[in-house]
Amino acid sequence: MTEPIISATDLSRDFVVHTGRGLRRRRSVTRAVADLAFTIEAGAAVGYIGANGAGKSTTIKMLTGILVPTSGRVRTCGLDPHRHRRELARRIGVVFGQRSQLWWDLPLSESYRALAAIHRLGPQALRARRDTLVERLDLGDFLETPVRQLSLGQRIRGEIAAALLHSPDLLILDEPTIGLDVLSKERLRQFLLEERATSDTTLLLTTHDMDDVQRLTDRIIVVDHGRMAYDGTLAGLVRRVGADRVIVVDLEENAAPLDDVAGTRLLGVEADGLRQRLAFTPGSTTAAAVLAQVSARASVRDLTIEEPDIEDVVRRLYASGA
Amino acid sequence: MAELLRPYRALLASRLRAQLAYRRSFAMDLVGAAGIGVLELAEVLVIFSSISVLGELDLAGALLLFSFAGIGFSTADMVVGHVDSLPRYLRTGTLDAFLLRPLPVLAQLITSDLQLRRLGRTAVAVVVLVVALSMNTIAWSPALVALAVLTPVFSAVIFAALFVCAAGVQFWLVEGGEFANAFTYGGNYAASYPTSIFTLPMRVLFTFVVPAAFTAYLPTLVLLGHSGPAWTPAVLGWFAPVAAAGIWTVALLGWRAGLRHYTGAGS
Repeated sequence: MTEPIISATDLSRDFVVHTGRGLRRRRSVTRAVADLAFTIEAGAAVGYIGANGAGKSTTIKMLTGILVPTSGRVRTCGLDPHRHRRELARRIGVVFGQRSQLWWDLPLSESYRALAAIHRLGPQALRARRDTLVERLDLGDFLETPVRQLSLGQRIRGEIAAALLHSPDLLILDEPTIGLDVLSKERLRQFLLEERATSDTTLLLTTHDMDDVQRLTDRIIVVDHGRMAYDGTLAGLVRRVGADRVIVVDLEENAAPLDDVAGTRLLGVEADGLRQRLAFTPGSTTAAAVLAQVSARASVRDLTIEEPDIEDVVRRLYASGA
Repeated sequence: MAELLRPYRALLASRLRAQLAYRRSFAMDLVGAAGIGVLELAEVLVIFSSISVLGELDLAGALLLFSFAGIGFSTADMVVGHVDSLPRYLRTGTLDAFLLRPLPVLAQLITSDLQLRRLGRTAVAVVVLVVALSMNTIAWSPALVALAVLTPVFSAVIFAALFVCAAGVQFWLVEGGEFANAFTYGGNYAASYPTSIFTLPMRVLFTFVVPAAFTAYLPTLVLLGHSGPAWTPAVLGWFAPVAAAGIWTVALLGWRAGLRHYTGAGS
């Protein structure tokens, strides 16, 4: 059995917070991460989920060697991340969605040349790898534009290529799709799926986007106030807390409440039955089946489907655990 | 060795291209930096318009001292001066990006910029050096020639260490830029005048704690054959390399402790 790519044992991190000024200054200790324990096998794709301030970034910083744990143990790629920070840096790629790691006043092509030198890639290795990434992330049109003039979607693609330039074993993405439009998100997911299919890169990503989790990961870890709240599949989490999709139908004519559609729960009736909201659990029925049943009772003019968002699921999980 | 330095060459080359991309703004910056050098020179000239000797040195001696300090400080400022942007790097997370690259953080911070515009100030100091050398009567010997050549070099090395000391302190004082400036820019100010004009405690401070006197004043005394005041005799002028090694040791230890404080490894 090979060693897991990430293993954390009783991982904790405290921060000292000073409040007040002068003589009133008080020192208090906040525990950002508490007794986290998990392992991630090489090749896995894991979503790391939690509310803002739940300890996601702190955990990532400990996994990558930026921060040292207050107690507990962490190994990434078989290394002690802080002690072997530089060695580890050659084997991981990290993208922080809201912080650029590129040089804002340089075009991507120059940034990649500098990064290749940092990672000691030869000119041929650089060209081959860069051309592949440029083609697959579609960077060709703006490779010579200074980074500060790129759109957010272009910049994030550029950042991901930068993180993958040295072909790392582990790719860590911190909110990669935040602020992106639907199309850009979709392209990025498509790329990440291809990347995972063609190489054995392990993926760890934090996100607030349910679709990211659904499409890209096969396991999720949820943290709440620095503690492990859930570790398993998304389907398992949905089963545990219930994450319903909601189908909203607008009907041609007023209709009686649709409270007898199999596999659904009627959430509300508006405008005398012109608009009705039905909740259903994915897996027990499908949107198409629900629509067919509704159509048998009334003629449907329009419909929308509301997806459960990850916040909602996490909130329910937090509430159920409390 | 060449292979070891390749990442830094690439980083610096990318910085230079970025600066030279805006030629007009670069030219303006260069002129602005030269202007600062000229103003500092004017300050010295104004002082000597009302007195003829300041701390053992006449105008010619003071100009020699001024040029050594000027070349040293402006070069150090160009090569490592930007390490004082550490608080901004801490706030924006750039330091985390440095920690995610397989290079030492201080080396990345130093090579993250090279402020070529500071050459404007260096140029003023070099002109003053040439003029000052012709104004002074120096009993040249091979040793004194070596001292005159190496003094600006070690001056830059000592000021560079002061910048790194100041940066290390800022890990604790995230908004401590002004405090840190007291040592770097303050050190430059102290170095630009004969250290003998200060009271004894200040003189000891700027010689043995912040080794600013080694950057220009003490070597100038040696070149001109002066004996130097009590506690800081001219013979110390030969020991700039020792002072440089000492202050760099302090700087690197301070930086390491600062980085350990940041990552929480304990300090």
